[in-house]
Amino acid sequence: MIEHLPALMVALPLFGAFIAPLFKKHYKGVSIWAIFITGISVVLSLLLMKEVVTNGIIMYVFGADKPTLVLPSGYAVPIRIMFEVDAMGAFMAISATLMSFVGAIYSYSHVKKDTGLEKYYALLMLLEAGILGMVLTGDLFNLFVFLEIAGIAGSALVGFRNYRGEASEAGIKYLMVSSVASLMVLFAVGIFYGQYGNLNLAYIAKNVSFNMVDMIALGLLFASFAMKCGAVPMHYWVPDAYTEVPAGINPPLLVATYASLYALFRVSFTLFANVVIDLARVGWIMSILGVLTMFIGVTMALIQKDVKRLMSYHAISQTGYMLLGVGVGLTVLHDPSKLAEFGRDAMAGGVFHIINHIIYKSLLLMTAGALFYVTGTRNLNEMGGLARKMPITTISFMVGAAAISGLPPFNGFASKFLIYETSYRLNPLLTVFAMVTSVLTLASFVKVFASAFLGPPLEKFENKREVPKPMIVAMLILAALCILFGLFPNVVLDKLVYPAVDALINFAQYHSWGGLA
Amino acid sequence: MTTTIIKTTTRLLAPLILVFGSYIILHGHLTPGGGFQGGAVFASGLILLIVANVRDKVQKLFEKTPLTQLESLGALGFLGIGLLGLMSYTFLKNAIANSGFLFGGTTPQGINPGYLNTGGTLSYLNIFVGTKVLAGLTSIVLIFFLILRRERDEW
Repeated sequence: MIEHLPALMVALPLFGAFIAPLFKKHYKGVSIWAIFITGISVVLSLLLMKEVVTNGIIMYVFGADKPTLVLPSGYAVPIRIMFEVDAMGAFMAISATLMSFVGAIYSYSHVKKDTGLEKYYALLMLLEAGILGMVLTGDLFNLFVFLEIAGIAGSALVGFRNYRGEASEAGIKYLMVSSVASLMVLFAVGIFYGQYGNLNLAYIAKNVSFNMVDMIALGLLFASFAMKCGAVPMHYWVPDAYTEVPAGINPPLLVATYASLYALFRVSFTLFANVVIDLARVGWIMSILGVLTMFIGVTMALIQKDVKRLMSYHAISQTGYMLLGVGVGLTVLHDPSKLAEFGRDAMAGGVFHIINHIIYKSLLLMTAGALFYVTGTRNLNEMGGLARKMPITTISFMVGAAAISGLPPFNGFASKFLIYETSYRLNPLLTVFAMVTSVLTLASFVKVFASAFLGPPLEKFENKREVPKPMIVAMLILAALCILFGLFPNVVLDKLVYPAVDALINFAQYHSWGGLA
Repeated sequence: MTTTIIKTTTRLLAPLILVFGSYIILHGHLTPGGGFQGGAVFASGLILLIVANVRDKVQKLFEKTPLTQLESLGALGFLGIGLLGLMSYTFLKNAIANSGFLFGGTTPQGINPGYLNTGGTLSYLNIFVGTKVLAGLTSIVLIFFLILRRERDEW
């Protein structure tokens, strides 16, 4: 059964999603069902990672006699849809399943008062299925299909509180951005199909000649995935979407954003890896985009009064770190000495920052959701003195704020330090921007902490109390992960991050379907 | 919007459209078309019935129709057929073909008039996709119809 894991990873959330509407009004039942399904998928993703680390790339060919039958007898080209799971894909799968699980636990009480919950959980699991498909697939058109699934499920969830006008607006905005991005992806896929007559990622990557048309396709793919992961000139949808979505959906939505980042890495590392000369230029573009993203994001965050909006701008800013780290690695990908010297570590920093950021930003957005749950407002000026009323939320917030500002011993420090050290070797100016951003991040979180939690207790919050248990459990899981990842970064780096980075660097392995052809 | 002309035309056309939709679904593995196309045709027959009737009747009728359940059933059936391939093959492998089961007849080679009892899992997939599409499209139009008519009543 273990060889069917890649198919089961997508089939299980889909199964959960299609069962969910049958619960009708049994909201309690459907929330437990969602927790159950997402919990099993966490276990499956861990098994998948273990399998990938021990046995290398897993191939799964749909509809064939055997999962590993990449080239059926007599064919020189692959003809079937296949999943190709390397350590990077498995790494993203772990992030996706873990965050959906935490989101489902949190949602148990956070959206209790809303109606239509059977659809909410169905969409949550569909979103998970879409992300998992995106990160596991080895087929360009399949990538587009799963991008659409995740985009549509995500936009429906963003507009879930449709009694609020802002939520509907944010939902439509997210839908527009998703559909524009996926249409551009489809156009690029069409360009490849027209030239090479195949849709398999590895096959196209082996044959790509980087003529004019391929450059257009690279530009389209780069722009659309950068758009969906919220890099700076195209970041306008992020604050709206993250602010209006129910806080329980924030974790999977964050992973959906980073699944696009993963696709960006996949395109630039795997699809165009053989293009020696121009890859450094793409790497520089990615690094500079990263620096711009982190700086503009954080300066916009400083002036926000809405607590979730502030954190959303920080999400943009933190995406910049990942782009910077991996961009530095991409710049020196074809220079073995520099790659060994700092490129690999830079990419490790970028990839490590993905999971770190997903963890602490989800934690922070959940504490913001808890504040909203208790006070009914997201305006920082109307809050105050909540530390006594909500001690656990306060502690979770402090952990998250320390992690995002890169203070030791929390997980943000581990990955940011790697990025500082390595980007300095490429160009010191990049590091200066990264460190200034980090300082500004700390400043704005001190502001949030002071205005929401500190100060004299306000009269209007007299009889407010701590949020319900499921929300506390979800927040504590993530807070514990923040501390654990910060205390033992070497374990995480060796077990999860470096395999993922090596999978990106050893593109030849990916191109040969893990040695099967 | 219900005149005698529309009502009479609907009475004649709707059964034909529904039968044609079912035909496209069941013949999907032999002739052009398939689950999605047949489901869309079937749904258009149902939609014709919806728009040619008054709101109250439509609402009363479709309250009892399990459209949500049908949609879930279609998707779950598709998934189940896909998982059937996991028995000794891979996901979505055509495990029923040539097994002698319903739709599992042996496919004859060469020119032939087309045998319905072939196709293996393809025919099942077509049926489930058809179910999902007809339920989905009908409920979309139904929701638009009910919202539109309510607002017109309020005018």
